[in-house]
Amino acid sequence: MGYPHPSHPGEQPLLSKYFGDPGARSYEGWVKRGGYESLRKALGMTRDQVTEEVKASGLRGRGGAGFPTGLKWSFMPKEVTRPHYLVCNADESEPGTFKDREIMRWTPHQLLEGCAIAAHAIGAERVYIYIRGEFTAEYRILLEAVEEATRAGALGADVFGTGRRIEVIVHRGAGAYICGEETAMMNSIEGKRGNPRIKPPFPAQAGLWACPTTINNVETLGSVPHIIREGGAWYKGLCRGNPKSTGTKLFSVCGHVQRPGNYEVVMGTPMKDLIFGMCGGMRPGRTLKAVIPGGSSVPILTAAEIEDCQLDYEGVAARGSMLGSGGMIVMDDSTDIVYQVMRLARFYAHESCAQCTQCREGTAWTTRILERILAGKGKPEDLELLLDLADNMTGKTICVLSDSCAAPVVSAIAKFRPEFEAYLNRTRPPVLATA
Amino acid sequence: MSGSAHQAVHDAEYQPVFVGEARAKLEALFPRYPTRQACLLPALWMVQEARGWVSERGIAEVADVLGLTPAYVKGVVTFYTMYHTHPVGRHFIQVCTTSPCNICGAEDVVKAFLQHTGCGELGATSPDGRFTVIEVECLGACGFATPVLIDDDFIEGITPERVPGLLQGYK
Amino acid sequence: MSSDLVSVTIDGVVVQVPKGTPIIEAAKQAGVLVPHYCYHPSLPSPAVCRMCLVEVEKAPKLMPACVTTVADGQVVHTDSEQARKARTGVLEFLLINHPLDCPICDQAGECELQNYVFQEGREGTRYGDYAKRYNPVEDFGPDVLYVANRCILCTRCVRFMDDVAGTPVLNVSERGDRAYIGIDQDQLLDHPWAGNVVDLCPVGSLVSKDFLHKARAWDLDKTASICTGCSQGCNIMIDTRDNTVVRLRPRPNMEVNRHFMCDHGRMNYRWMNRGDRIEAPLVRSGDRHVATDWDQALDLVRGLVGQAGPAVILASGGASLESLGMLKGMLAGRPLTAAVQVPLADAEAPLAGVPNLALRKERAANGEGARLLGYSMEWDPAVKVAGKAALVVLLDVALTDAEAAVVAGAGAVVVLGTIESQALAAARVVLPVTNTAEEQGTFVNRDGRVQRYEQARSAPGMGRPAWWIAAEVQGAAAATPAEAFAQVAAAVTGLAGMTYADLGVTGRMLRGASAAGSRV
Repeated sequence: MGYPHPSHPGEQPLLSKYFGDPGARSYEGWVKRGGYESLRKALGMTRDQVTEEVKASGLRGRGGAGFPTGLKWSFMPKEVTRPHYLVCNADESEPGTFKDREIMRWTPHQLLEGCAIAAHAIGAERVYIYIRGEFTAEYRILLEAVEEATRAGALGADVFGTGRRIEVIVHRGAGAYICGEETAMMNSIEGKRGNPRIKPPFPAQAGLWACPTTINNVETLGSVPHIIREGGAWYKGLCRGNPKSTGTKLFSVCGHVQRPGNYEVVMGTPMKDLIFGMCGGMRPGRTLKAVIPGGSSVPILTAAEIEDCQLDYEGVAARGSMLGSGGMIVMDDSTDIVYQVMRLARFYAHESCAQCTQCREGTAWTTRILERILAGKGKPEDLELLLDLADNMTGKTICVLSDSCAAPVVSAIAKFRPEFEAYLNRTRPPVLATA
Repeated sequence: MSGSAHQAVHDAEYQPVFVGEARAKLEALFPRYPTRQACLLPALWMVQEARGWVSERGIAEVADVLGLTPAYVKGVVTFYTMYHTHPVGRHFIQVCTTSPCNICGAEDVVKAFLQHTGCGELGATSPDGRFTVIEVECLGACGFATPVLIDDDFIEGITPERVPGLLQGYK
Repeated sequence: MSSDLVSVTIDGVVVQVPKGTPIIEAAKQAGVLVPHYCYHPSLPSPAVCRMCLVEVEKAPKLMPACVTTVADGQVVHTDSEQARKARTGVLEFLLINHPLDCPICDQAGECELQNYVFQEGREGTRYGDYAKRYNPVEDFGPDVLYVANRCILCTRCVRFMDDVAGTPVLNVSERGDRAYIGIDQDQLLDHPWAGNVVDLCPVGSLVSKDFLHKARAWDLDKTASICTGCSQGCNIMIDTRDNTVVRLRPRPNMEVNRHFMCDHGRMNYRWMNRGDRIEAPLVRSGDRHVATDWDQALDLVRGLVGQAGPAVILASGGASLESLGMLKGMLAGRPLTAAVQVPLADAEAPLAGVPNLALRKERAANGEGARLLGYSMEWDPAVKVAGKAALVVLLDVALTDAEAAVVAGAGAVVVLGTIESQALAAARVVLPVTNTAEEQGTFVNRDGRVQRYEQARSAPGMGRPAWWIAAEVQGAAAATPAEAFAQVAAAVTGLAGMTYADLGVTGRMLRGASAAGSRV
């Protein structure tokens, strides 16, 4: 549901059904709402059966990359010769994205149940939930939920008397966007700087402590109990004609809409229905200018480009952007695109881990050029310079943080060039005092 | 920034954190990870909770307890922005100003905090030692602009008007 | 083709390399040096500088040559337009915060940033309007300064201290463009092998205090040599400026020291430049020595050597195989006691990450060679014998006053020496010899590796190698070090058949000795 707003008829609340319902938070409350039945069911299935069910559902990673979840699980070795680990990525930090936080704060057991099922499927006895340090309330909620579930036998040394050991450890981050990248997250859990690792080796071969590891997003894992309960085929049926993007997806909508919040819709729902229907459209007197559809790291779309845009992996890609995490930043005509692109570049410069040259220096330099433009001190060649730097920053580094900084810059210059030029030719007054 | 990080702040008053109950609490974490090193972030959180910040002495203690070198621990501490390597005010206020909140007026919220806390500028502690205000990158609550983290309290939907009243609760 | 080899094409050159070889190493086989900063063959590769990105056909994007391993049939282009643009981009990013202080930077002339920018960098800056990042210079320890502004964050130093030295006192602190190399304030870089970080630094960020502003790289002459600091036999380069040794640096030898040398060895060069040298042959005349020419001096020695009676050689453990061997040959036929002086330290200082590499207790370069030639390590008994011998030959040894007094009791004393000292007083003849930096020769390291060193500076005055003197005295046909080596080798089982040329630049194992690492 469109928490904090009442559910909209266009939604299909699955994960978000109990958002805003404090009674769903406790173990008992969750069980009353049908919780942990899927885990019991999954424990009665073999590892392969669970994985096959998830494969059949068409579920794709909800963290941003959209990799098929069942396929990812199937990369884990069949024989468990050394510890297997499941890591739940609860480091939600992609600007514009705030869905995982809602899942954890209202329905922590939904997540724990998903974790336990996934752990069973990949042969893991231990699950680390890596939650970003700023989520103080959700951290406490998760700790409490793990304790309750362990007391109730839904987690621990002997889950529901099946002899299966599944322990969940909540690991708190400490302020680093890049730890949301899966290999950086593993380093962070190991007590290191959150530097992304070179792939290969992939986590399923050598992840946490060089053991086979699967990393899944909160929303992905939260979807799993529903798939096990209702069946993969049922879940796959939740789509609007595109079998490659199935199920429901939580879209975090923020910025200049009347009702920002999390909306859960079936994949393929028109973007306009979400923005103008469920979210109530722009504030009075305002018109839509641009949408960053998948968290801040993806190319910006103009109002014209979201016409007829389907909200699924392929639909958004067809418009030249990405579905990403489903965090949608909506900007109306009052928005200074140049300023917001500078803010995003500043974000990436702040978060760059410092490993790769292009990212370490490029994100900071890009920010400085944008600041200079905003201060009215830009040079005619600055846009070409920005684009050339963006080219040097794209596809060349260990992870995609550098690319993520370049993408909004490139797309904003392509689509909103006159706004940059207004600063460059001094027809727009400077908005930054220094540069 | 980095210039200040080079300068170790004197912390003559430092008392070891990992004694008695705290030590037991830390040791209870050891079985949860195959290495002691993995307890580094939790241990640093414990130091910060106990002392308000993570000093060089704190780093040395953590290194000692976990069998790491202080240099290693310092590299990790300075990677994560939530660990304070300098003393901060009694209440640490983090205001999200990344794009989603920014377009909803987050910078005005920052100004209100700077004004009403008496901090004057970002990163500075108010003369009464009560507050430190910083801008923080995306707090992950973009639909509830502007979110603010005061100590461990995550507060949503802050507007400049709400700031004075909010501060009343932090003495 | 063996199944362990794969065939790859790099810039049009087909090479066969073992499976698992990184492209950057395969490229070397093809004669292509892929520009790089963070990669180093003796360190784990983090692939962070992104300088070595190359185009690999069929790969979706440029690949880092340092961590991408070869695959059979792979076609690599290191100099395609894409690869070149990527490198130019990295160089530009590295330069925006790098000071252009090359005129006062020790690294200038041997700086990989300078070299690659010269090759492929942009002509001008596009960053002109901004101040560069500034961090103060830091004292990192006994011999290392960190010039943070020049740092390109390649992390070689951090990885060396962590992965090789096993003492992680360095770190990367902060993140983004605020990052810098941090150090443990209490420990600093006092590890016995810490000086290697200066060599590893591809730019002038970590510099040696000892070498600071001593010379410009392009004014240095470089000579392949062997460290004289202990019995490990690390391969080194002696850098001289105007005939003065100003720096020792490790020279790669994968079997002995990989790319490293210890600080003890590194700083052990000042004696090579000493000014208080014996510069001419001296003969006793009454109670003093007078200078003479080689002919007269050698005649005198021939006379002494030709007499009967027990003889004793007391030699330095740092003398060459040639000198020790020829000296023994010179006294063949007489009852002979030969011993070498090898200072012993209390403990070894190993480099944890490299098997069988340590600063050894035996603090002389050629103790093993001396043993091979039948020299005794029993120094004190030999000195005692010397006191009653008919002839004592001293080769570049420092005697204590007491030892000198004992030796003075011998029938005749001949000194082959480098440095003037009190101990010379009793000598009938004093002959000036060259030191290690001033001659060619060979040492045998503790594992039985026979290694050559070359001449790095000219000898002062009339100094000659000791083997030459011994050859002249006995009329042996050994006019070159190679001939001297051949003569000495012929008489020693382990050396038989080995020639000077065979030894090459990385040496050869004695026959019968197994590869490095065998000796416990």
